[in-house]
Amino acid sequence: MSVKKLSVPELVGRALEGDRRAIGRLLTLIERGGEPADEITDLTHPATNGAHVVGITGAPGAGKSTLTGQLIRHLPTLGLKPAVLAVDPSSPLTGGAILGDRVRMDDVAGDGGFIRSVATRGHAGGLALSVPGSVRAFDACGFDPVLIETVGVGQVEVDVAGAADTTVVVVNPGWGDAVQANKAGLLEVADVFVINKADREGANDTRRDLELMLDLSHVSGHEDGTGYRPPILMTTATDGSGVEAMWEAVTAHRTHLEATGSLERRRAARFRYEVASRLTTRMERSITRSVDGLTPDGRSPATVAADLAADLLA
Amino acid sequence: MSDDKQAWPSKRDWQRQYDATRLRDAPFETMSGVPVDPVYGDAPLPGQYPFTRGLHAAGYRSRLWTMRMFAGFGTAEDTNARFKEILRNGGTGLSTAFDMPTLMGYDSDSPWALGEVGRAGVAVDTLRDMEDLYADIDLGTVSTSMTINGPAAALLAMYIAVGEQGGVAKADLAGTIQNDILKEYQAQKEYIYPPRPSMRIVTDMIRYTSAEMPKWHPVSISGYHIREAGSTAAQELAFTLANGFAYVEAALAEGQDVNQFGRRLSFFFNAHSDFFEEIGKFRAARRIWARWMKERYGATDERAMMCRFHTQTAGVSLTAQQPENNIARVAIQALSAALGGTQSLHTDSFDEALALPTEKAARIALRTQQIVAHETGVTHVADPLGGAPYVEWMTDEMERQAEAVFAHLDELGNGSILEGVYAGIDNGYFVGEIADAAYRFEREINNGQRIIVGVNEFTDGNEDDETNLLRIDHSVEELQRKRLGAVKQERDSAAVEASLAAIRSAAADPTVNLMPPIIDAVKTYATEEEISNAMRDVFGTYVEQAIV
Amino acid sequence: MAIESTDTEQPTIRVVLAKLGLDGHDRGIKVVARILRDAGMEVIYLGLRQTTASIVAAAEEEDADAIGLSMHNAGHLALAPSMLAALDDADLDIPLIIGGIIPEADIPVLKDAGIAAILGPGAPAEEVVAAVRGAVAARA
Repeated sequence: MSVKKLSVPELVGRALEGDRRAIGRLLTLIERGGEPADEITDLTHPATNGAHVVGITGAPGAGKSTLTGQLIRHLPTLGLKPAVLAVDPSSPLTGGAILGDRVRMDDVAGDGGFIRSVATRGHAGGLALSVPGSVRAFDACGFDPVLIETVGVGQVEVDVAGAADTTVVVVNPGWGDAVQANKAGLLEVADVFVINKADREGANDTRRDLELMLDLSHVSGHEDGTGYRPPILMTTATDGSGVEAMWEAVTAHRTHLEATGSLERRRAARFRYEVASRLTTRMERSITRSVDGLTPDGRSPATVAADLAADLLA
Repeated sequence: MSDDKQAWPSKRDWQRQYDATRLRDAPFETMSGVPVDPVYGDAPLPGQYPFTRGLHAAGYRSRLWTMRMFAGFGTAEDTNARFKEILRNGGTGLSTAFDMPTLMGYDSDSPWALGEVGRAGVAVDTLRDMEDLYADIDLGTVSTSMTINGPAAALLAMYIAVGEQGGVAKADLAGTIQNDILKEYQAQKEYIYPPRPSMRIVTDMIRYTSAEMPKWHPVSISGYHIREAGSTAAQELAFTLANGFAYVEAALAEGQDVNQFGRRLSFFFNAHSDFFEEIGKFRAARRIWARWMKERYGATDERAMMCRFHTQTAGVSLTAQQPENNIARVAIQALSAALGGTQSLHTDSFDEALALPTEKAARIALRTQQIVAHETGVTHVADPLGGAPYVEWMTDEMERQAEAVFAHLDELGNGSILEGVYAGIDNGYFVGEIADAAYRFEREINNGQRIIVGVNEFTDGNEDDETNLLRIDHSVEELQRKRLGAVKQERDSAAVEASLAAIRSAAADPTVNLMPPIIDAVKTYATEEEISNAMRDVFGTYVEQAIV
Repeated sequence: MAIESTDTEQPTIRVVLAKLGLDGHDRGIKVVARILRDAGMEVIYLGLRQTTASIVAAAEEEDADAIGLSMHNAGHLALAPSMLAALDDADLDIPLIIGGIIPEADIPVLKDAGIAAILGPGAPAEEVVAAVRGAVAARA
């Protein structure tokens, strides 16, 4: 029977049993938002298992897709069942997107893994709603870890870092890259640094630059006061070297989070963030409706807004 | 930028070269009987650095371009029969097309080979197929061109082995193997391994042939495919020459002698429809290559500065609508190649937009060349358009655009074009530029800005007249699988295994030349896929990024 | 009150684009990818050297609304049916669109076999977009 004809509860049921087609359909409904997505949230929330959520980000061309591909080939050998959300930007002009990340990741269906390509779609809130929802669905369906691969620029970055337990920032050798990473604010979000294409010249210099920046910025352990300092790993994604060590650093971070109680704090923050995003989206609709057709009537904008707010929040 | 008058050798030098050249036995006069000079206009003259006006003082008066027509389909025996026919008809150049599995390093019994065996060309799995391909042909008297890239080393090794069997020494084998791996990452996509190990294979082959096979061209640096993928004329020119510079730098880095290997490099360009753009492109190619080889790479032997090239008319310009129109297109494109001074030419058949050409269409394509060569008189005068203001401007413009690309690659590579090309492959520069140009072109056609006769204008006559469709017989696949099975049965497996192990260790050691162990392996009747896999084991494989 | 859908008009169409087998001509499929993106669709671009298995896996995981295959090597009479069979085996009711060099004579054969739409070489953007939208709507 076509999954399109199933009710939401039936679909969720199938997905939780491992039906890949159902999982695919579920993710679509989550992306579309609206009532079905809310229903899915309610149904999947109790079924989650606390999967490790790992964000993989960095500048375009850093080799994130190749690295993620190597990772998902490696993880099943450790008995894990990974899911990947590969995020690419939608065209601001047309709303369409070319999603090409999965090309560099081997077809993992055979190992039980799952790859889903996601476009940012540029709507209000962007990924803030659909990513947590998709992560939750993967978690409920038994995937662990859930990897979110994105280009590290601006809003997308914030949305993704917010959704992840551990954020990996990927850079390439070349001193400019480390500086760019700093500028992009990636230093603050990084829990693990990876210098990919480590076989190129300048890899060691870049490592040194990153260490220096970490020294100077006092960012390490900033958030939880634990003095955690992001390790710097070297990888060559094209032949897989360094990938095992990279994963060990990621799991070490998770262990650290659990040991210090940070995991709970981060997840609580994510919960608040997701609720706030949902509220924001609701509010934005209401706001749009409220101001639609308003014309100046002599009162100041401040007064008009105050009056409307009173109505909205009543 | 344009040819600077002061420093050039005199007309007397040109005359000396011309007088020393043996000319064809033909009247060099117009149809009306007016004798014409071998060249008109200013220095630098043909045969004079930087060769903008041509490589040879006498132009086509000494030798016409080679009319080299592609062949290859079905089994080795079928192709062998075609070869013998070509030789009977007076041809001396054999050009071989291989099927897709062979081009990609797979055997005919691979799951990837399903439906492809013997279709786009001849299937070659082992030395046995090569023996059949050239059966009863004296390799010492013919010139062979093999169009293959990723697995080129194995095919060259097989050719050498067949030559040996026929008593022909390596040093007497004449021909070309395309072996231009860089353009595969940019355009044709017939790569196997990642760029750097692939470059090592190419430089090994350059070194090997420079030393042992002086009549062999180990690389045909190609722009044809780059253009077919959608690039502009200037991009075709720039990317091709940049790839050439990359090969030169790679060979130099290994200590090879630029004058020695430089003479063995040749090129392969597209002849598309914008007549003067193409001619400007060909002239600029010669000028740029000569300058760079001399000034940047230190060549002192003029033969190492010469951009000698084969041309093929643009396959992508052929329309399925009103296919006979393609005869006119090909004729004009062939003319541009002749006026551009090509050394060798393949003209497409008019029905090739739909399927492999029929014999009649292939004959018309050959006749087209013959008409240009013998009826138009353009071959009497070298670089007849030289000096025309538009042509000189176009030549300069092509050069200017190409130099901008070289500057970009030089920067990308921190002063090395080779590193710049690797970086450009890695970051999608080449495929991105080509995709942009292709998309722009499609849009221009789509919105009627650019007229393609029969496609978006003058469509009267687009009846469904599919007279020909060369259907390939699927029994070829069965046959070839059986043959392969038989070879695998008969050969000494232990010897095969040992030879493959030797390839693996040679691959792992960058100081060892891969040709000798590959030659040994083909002699044990190891298959092309087995040999390719031995290298896949060490080098890994390449998966490209999705750049659209 | 539920959050309204982020897809205000039609739901975004997701299309898997690929080439089966060894054929390396990707100029056409890249142009189609841009055309579909410019029409607001999401293109899951698999590119060259795909197998029916990898395309089926992608179609499932991506919940594709349509699959587009580009063919240049006269392989369509073998490859197209093999793709249809693979989709059938996986119980995927997703329309299959073929583009490239397909002789007129073979079009009815392919249509009968179940191909949703066939696009010739250099088909204009409007035709490509209409073919995809039409195929998706027909299966809705």
